[in-house]
Amino acid sequence: MSVAPAPLATIEPAQTPWGRFWRQFAESRLAMLGLTMLLVIVLIALFAPWLAPQDPYDLTKLDLMDARQAPGAKSMDGLTYWLGTDGQGRDMLSAIMYGLRVSLMVGVLSGVIALTIGSIVGVLAAYLGGRFEQIVMRIVDIQLGFPAILVALILLAVLGKGIDKIIIALVTVQWAYYARTARSAALVERSKEYIEAARSLGLSGARIVLRHLLPNALPPLIVVGTVQVAHAIALEATLSFLGLGLPPTEPSLGLLISNGYEYLMSGKYWISVYPGIALLLTILAINLVGDQLRDVLNPRLAR
Amino acid sequence: MFVYILRRLSQTALVLAITSVLVFGGLYLVGDPVEILVNPSADQIEKERAAAALGLDKPIHEQYLTFVKGAFTGNLGNSFVYARPALEVIFERMPATLELAFLAMVIAVVLGIPLGLYAGLRPASPVSKAIMAGSILGFSLPTFWVGLILIIVFAVQLGWLPSTGRGPTTEFLGLQLSILNAEGLRYALLPAVNLALFKLSLIIRLTRAQVREQSLLDYIKFARAKGLSTRRVIGVHLLKNIMIPLVTVIGLELGSVIAFAVVTETIFAWPGMGKLVIDSIFQLDRPVVVAYLLVVVFMFILINLVVDLLYSILDPRVRLADVKS
Repeated sequence: MSVAPAPLATIEPAQTPWGRFWRQFAESRLAMLGLTMLLVIVLIALFAPWLAPQDPYDLTKLDLMDARQAPGAKSMDGLTYWLGTDGQGRDMLSAIMYGLRVSLMVGVLSGVIALTIGSIVGVLAAYLGGRFEQIVMRIVDIQLGFPAILVALILLAVLGKGIDKIIIALVTVQWAYYARTARSAALVERSKEYIEAARSLGLSGARIVLRHLLPNALPPLIVVGTVQVAHAIALEATLSFLGLGLPPTEPSLGLLISNGYEYLMSGKYWISVYPGIALLLTILAINLVGDQLRDVLNPRLAR
Repeated sequence: MFVYILRRLSQTALVLAITSVLVFGGLYLVGDPVEILVNPSADQIEKERAAAALGLDKPIHEQYLTFVKGAFTGNLGNSFVYARPALEVIFERMPATLELAFLAMVIAVVLGIPLGLYAGLRPASPVSKAIMAGSILGFSLPTFWVGLILIIVFAVQLGWLPSTGRGPTTEFLGLQLSILNAEGLRYALLPAVNLALFKLSLIIRLTRAQVREQSLLDYIKFARAKGLSTRRVIGVHLLKNIMIPLVTVIGLELGSVIAFAVVTETIFAWPGMGKLVIDSIFQLDRPVVVAYLLVVVFMFILINLVVDLLYSILDPRVRLADVKS
């Protein structure tokens, strides 16, 4: 097999890969809007204890006299409830800020764990092949044949409530997507010349996979990752809404929305609506960024 | 073909067996149904009697064996709560879920394909951009929250449509269906729209992507060069070819709509099997939970199989051996 020498790369004028990536990403105004929104949301979630007007889980601060106040109402001690209060007199704005923390944490954590497990399994499947690959891909195929909510429902019916349990359920739901993506990306990369070069240099298998194969298989994983984190956040909210996700001591946005459900018919819309808007904006921001990442990182659309 | 179906069915049996072991074993570890079912003031003897009556005093492998024996004769155990065969309870609720899923798919397809077609044929027009922006929004909106908004707007504020329950039903082929009469349809509309929204976005995006891809191909150019009317090129040649992936996705999504009905039914108090399973999970009614999951998993595998077979009929290039399960 004769391998033609690769043509010398055309030298781009003083541009790092990161710079080029950023320039392409910034071409879409919608994506920049999404990124800005996402940054603001993450900052709010990170600094909620300092930003929130009230500590929503300090029961001594809550006053039942202030329960179910409409947005803009004043509290007994002069605090304005910009987004109203819930059934226990909790400031909704503060509750949402704390809820964002929980929702984002669960989404990102489960995404990172699933990404790690999925990409290791997927890359190993591509690298080892044979029986291991067959079994893994069969499991992935069967699991992806079922909707995420069904798999999560089965797991949570079995596991019960709790933040660790919902993370287990979300990881189980998601790992297969990463495994499939990682395997197909690794299959493409495996046959390329730089892997052959690394092999002929006598590098160990682990080093080739970790230092050479994995970094090059990363772009499609990042794209799947953004979409999956958005899915995870939405799924966690849905499950918590159904009463199957998080316990009331760690209220995520889904649980806040669920709490407002009982007041809906009496027209007290704000308890459910505002946490929902926060949830929507978070998912929307991630999807906008993800859409543009897909275009920028897609080698078929490479400019 | 025959061998293929046989292999798929044996795989089905395997998946069902694994699901049953997982769910059965898992549920065994969570809570004690006797505590919920028996009057709280009951003494130890009464509790033991109740446990014996439900077969809960035996070790788990014996319970599972009894369950499997029953399963082969079409009996998945009696519901603890309803004191009737779990399958019977589920089949009673199934028509409600199926009609809701059906109506939602119809809404998604009837609106989604034309909108996607338009967005694909005129990608630069502002209307197309609005359609696409709407579909991103549809993807991002959490289903259950949209359900609440629909209730607030159409049931509470405007008072146009009812938001809870199923309304009057009409009997059709022995099934009680509410979409067959006008009043029942009014009840079904909000839940169905809620369920359809996500699928609608999906179908719009898929149709658009397909149209964009196919309209660059030679057969379209050739049809145009032949002097066929735009109407005929799109209506006959283009539509026929984008139908292949669309039918697959629509088929597969039907299953996911049935699964997602769990959420919609809970919000709109729609008495289908999704609401049943959520209630049963809380009441620790294990036989119903196990039976529901087995029934839905079975339906799912069946739908996937039918879609694969359909795919090979629609597209003669596909050979069944290549189709992944």
